[in-house]
Amino acid sequence: MPFISVFDVIGPNMVGPSSSHTAGACAIAFLAQKMNIGVLKKVEFTLYGSFARTYRGHGTDRALLGGIMGFSTDDIRIRDSFRIAEERGIEFSFTPDSTETDIHPNTVDIRMTSDNGSTLTVRGESVGGGKIKIVRLNHVRIDFTGEYNAIIIIQKDKPGVAAHITRCLSEKNINIAFMRIFRETKGDNAYTIVESDDRLPAGLKDQLLANPNVQDAMIIQND
Amino acid sequence: MTDFKTAKELLTLCQDHQWLISDVMKRRECDLGEVSMEQTVRRMERALEIMKQAVSSALKSPVKSMGGLIGGEAEKLSAHRRNHRAICGDVLSLGITYAMAVLEVNASMGVIVAAPTAGASGIVPGLLLALQQDNSLSDAQVTDALFNAGAVGYLAMRNATVAGAVGGCQAETGVAAAMAASAAVELMGGTPQQSLDAASTVLMNLLGLVCDPVRGLVEYPCQNRNASGVAVALTAAETALSGIRQLISLDEMIDTMYQVGKRIPYELRETALGGCAATPSGCSACRTDAAGT
Repeated sequence: MPFISVFDVIGPNMVGPSSSHTAGACAIAFLAQKMNIGVLKKVEFTLYGSFARTYRGHGTDRALLGGIMGFSTDDIRIRDSFRIAEERGIEFSFTPDSTETDIHPNTVDIRMTSDNGSTLTVRGESVGGGKIKIVRLNHVRIDFTGEYNAIIIIQKDKPGVAAHITRCLSEKNINIAFMRIFRETKGDNAYTIVESDDRLPAGLKDQLLANPNVQDAMIIQND
Repeated sequence: MTDFKTAKELLTLCQDHQWLISDVMKRRECDLGEVSMEQTVRRMERALEIMKQAVSSALKSPVKSMGGLIGGEAEKLSAHRRNHRAICGDVLSLGITYAMAVLEVNASMGVIVAAPTAGASGIVPGLLLALQQDNSLSDAQVTDALFNAGAVGYLAMRNATVAGAVGGCQAETGVAAAMAASAAVELMGGTPQQSLDAASTVLMNLLGLVCDPVRGLVEYPCQNRNASGVAVALTAAETALSGIRQLISLDEMIDTMYQVGKRIPYELRETALGGCAATPSGCSACRTDAAGT
């Protein structure tokens, strides 16, 4: 059982009205923008389940947009996130989807387009009390909460990549808390998620990219 | 390592070391969260600060909620207390005012501290800030009381649920009131055993309460139930402080609350399909079918 902190009970500190529909939504988008590489120009949110039905009354839309701009759950600017996004030149849209039913009730897909044209889509679930997880990255199912410092590596599903990753981490003296590999299909794209208690040094990314099968890497610090 | 899984283990830790419940919870946070005592206390002080800001903001500038069902209640109660004698007495009158204030801020996208949820966020600050004012207590004492409240909420979260969608309103305002009652006992000089008895009493008195938000919004009757949660917490704290013991332990009541919660029909667990949400008045403007926690 994961550690339940006193601040999971007396907390989160948050803009209301709902820990799952407002704070959780903000937290999903906040984590999503940390995973994005490049400057965000456009964001498309697709809402499912209860999110799709009640997003306006719970400010889910404003919270998502606030989170994608890096606002934390207790940032009062969430109230004005529509205006702030317009000022920052970020294009945004919300689409409720009530056709997909085999899905967690509070789910959102976030498709981010950066200034260089690259896109990243993540699916997040708000699982209660403000707790969230990312369950899909592009088309690959993953399981990621952002509670630890993490590096997500996009790679070809080829032999030797995992060994390369652990060697890089070992050379930087980083202790691995968890390491998991997810892939679409055999020999295709795969994602490695490494979580660590230690802060991850910036130079790590270049070292990882030295292997031709490593396509990209995102470093996500948990602070 | 200072950790506990049940109220019984919590009580043993208190008795073995002559600790208050708040002491155990602080030590647990430092041990398991690997943070310093100073950081832990500072973080709780920040939570208290947000609670106070929420109360004063609703009293100074009342606002309509996002869904338009509530707004201005705290100011009305405040004016009533100024112009008439509060029939509840000072502590309860202040407590319900503050609890409704926090819910008003929550429902208008203001900043609050979920305790344990946003929908039940008025009860703990409502009662504790009222006691602070009535007894001229320090912020340090109230901060400690919040750690005590956190211990009870943690037990409910660990061994049952605090989600209305899973266990009904008893799991949200019920647990919040149990947290407030336990914290109030410690704040007023009661023993750990009395704190746990008070929390047990609250869960007993709110057992079975359904979650039936009108239009699926965290507004109505949520705000009323935060006020009544303060009253239930206050009476439980008073009975515990007087030395009245409870036959049923907090551990048993948390378990029972969970069992009852799972048997509450789906329509009465935050789906806005039954209860207050399905009354003619509640439903006249209904347009949604699910709420958040």
